[in-house]
Amino acid sequence: MMKFGKLFAAAASAAMIAAIAAVPAAADDASVYYLNFKPEADEAWQELAKAYTEETGVPVTVVTAASGNYETTLTSEIDKSDAPTLFQVNGPIGLANWKDYCLDLTGSEIVSNLTSDAFELKDEDAIYGIAYVIESYGIITNKTLLEKAGYTLDDIKSFDDLKAVADDIQARKDELGVKGAFASTGMDGSSDWRFKTHLANLPIYYEYQADGIDNTDAIKGDFLDNYKAVFDLYITDSTCDPAELSAKTGDDARAEFLNGEAVFYQNGSWEYSSLAENFSDDEIAMIPIYFGVDDENQGLCTGTENYWCVNADASEEDIQATLDFMNWCVTSETGTDCMANTMGFTIPFKTAVESPNVFVKQDAEYTANGKTPVSWNFTTMPSEEWKNGVGSALTAYAAGTGDWDGVVSAFVDGWASEAALAG
Amino acid sequence: MVGKAIRKYWPVFVLPTFAAFLIGFVWPFIWGIYLSMCQFTSVKKATFVGFDNYVKILADPTFSHSFFLTVAFAVISSILINVLAFTVATMLTTNMKGRNVFRTIFFMPNLIGGIVLGYIWQTILNGLLSMWGQPLLALSAKNGFIGMLILLCWQQIGYMMIIYIAGLNNVSPDLTEAAAIDGATSWQTLFKVKIPMIMPSITICTFLTLTNGFKMFDQNLSLTGGEPAKATQLLALNIYETFYSRSGKQWKGIGQAKAVVFFLIVVLISLIQLRTTSKREVQA
Repeated sequence: MMKFGKLFAAAASAAMIAAIAAVPAAADDASVYYLNFKPEADEAWQELAKAYTEETGVPVTVVTAASGNYETTLTSEIDKSDAPTLFQVNGPIGLANWKDYCLDLTGSEIVSNLTSDAFELKDEDAIYGIAYVIESYGIITNKTLLEKAGYTLDDIKSFDDLKAVADDIQARKDELGVKGAFASTGMDGSSDWRFKTHLANLPIYYEYQADGIDNTDAIKGDFLDNYKAVFDLYITDSTCDPAELSAKTGDDARAEFLNGEAVFYQNGSWEYSSLAENFSDDEIAMIPIYFGVDDENQGLCTGTENYWCVNADASEEDIQATLDFMNWCVTSETGTDCMANTMGFTIPFKTAVESPNVFVKQDAEYTANGKTPVSWNFTTMPSEEWKNGVGSALTAYAAGTGDWDGVVSAFVDGWASEAALAG
Repeated sequence: MVGKAIRKYWPVFVLPTFAAFLIGFVWPFIWGIYLSMCQFTSVKKATFVGFDNYVKILADPTFSHSFFLTVAFAVISSILINVLAFTVATMLTTNMKGRNVFRTIFFMPNLIGGIVLGYIWQTILNGLLSMWGQPLLALSAKNGFIGMLILLCWQQIGYMMIIYIAGLNNVSPDLTEAAAIDGATSWQTLFKVKIPMIMPSITICTFLTLTNGFKMFDQNLSLTGGEPAKATQLLALNIYETFYSRSGKQWKGIGQAKAVVFFLIVVLISLIQLRTTSKREVQA
């Protein structure tokens, strides 16, 4: 027993010493604390932060919140004495929560570097956030498998084409050596955002377009039949039984795509770095999520839900250090190179370096060919609660325990009630 | 001697714990009650709104649903856990071979965190359900509820078993021997001698299982996440979601108010339970 006690004491004191050593040297000078939203870019941010510290001597801490836990992490971090000086909101709805904490960036250097004022997140006249990355999503396609099935990208120009190709691949899946046309539509709570948020953007986008608005308290759901058609296609021509989707994750879908078990995979340009490990740029492509409304002119879904906000409550030195850091990231050679080449981002700043991300290049091509990018309207979805409601209803519909009316009701009625509650 | 030392040095023993209690419990608790009457995004910038938040709880159907679900869950899980834990404890206090090994094995699930357990059991149960052609956990409220019961039983039986074993070992052999000489059957010995003698263990175990059932959060979050459509959402998860998945700052205050109501309910129920079971405790 005595021996155990001694061991324990030794371990405890070792832990204490370690804890003391881990406390950063007292910061007399300004420092930057960035609470990062994107787990896939964490490693790159850590290195960029290190590079900045080496160059300028200003310590930069980057902490990345676990996927889906950003609000939780931010809420607890913001109250600490060393709160994040730089954090993110996802758009107007997110800003509503955090407006009181955001510094008005009007007149700062980084704002003047933006390529367009469309990337400013404004409330009345104040600029509370600026978009720092532009992303696209669509249907990522394995070109090799598609050619093996006897098709090329030129054969898919509309929803009907996509359905015909996918149905054919699904019918011949054993011959082609795939498990299904589409990677599993994972509806697990960790990754159903691909459908309850990203895919749901399309009916919202087309409704906003038709009505000439950019926000609403009451969605009508005019394009939900198209939403159903696409979702049906995803879950029918799929690698797995729709009843199992509730337990499938986005990681499962990615693995299927990486293993060549599926030809199509709905996701965004942020997937490039993980896919590039297995595929060369010629093997993958991103096509628009053809929606059967205006397929001829529809491009990829391009926009942002990543806005940088500076903590208005931070000390003056820290605020200045943060502004300098942000500006350095998007103007310096090291910063722009890292953001373009390591993170694979397209950044909306004048000094940006062209990204090698093949999906981003495709987005530019589509636009150059006269297609209209679908804007990201999911930033106007009334709340997480609404998204969860749609997600649950979709999951139940896919498994057959619920019907499509449930989805419509979660979409339309849920929107109205959530918008009323948030107001 | 000992008494004198204690009289002299009591602050050394009491104050650190007392300070920790003040800092870690009393102060946050008071602050929490204050925040339940505020509108806030982070606790430093709170504006007082009075009892508005409490009024809004009443208008929230998800709160009452999760409340009744939680009551049902707490009651069913405590009965199951206690009966099973007591049965296992009775078996493992006989002179069976390898009983220490079994005790260890039964206790082990308790050492794994709830979130991890939730994900492991999700995989196991979904595998079984899919094999039987049943709707998966996130699709059927019934399966989700049963899944949570299985998970909590598996996790807690071992812990309660240890408490019951300690209780059973303290039942003096004099009493059981006397009962045997008087011709009591083993059932009679169990119900008339052993159970009355271990009432203190039963009190503490019922208390623990009831409050654990009420407070269950991480297992709920990871096993079902409240799906389908909040049908398996217990109170703690309901509070969490009110707090984090709504937009607008009024929700944090409402979530906080729910938490205060939740606290009052748990305290009330545990007090009633403690009173009723401790009345049955006997001295030998």
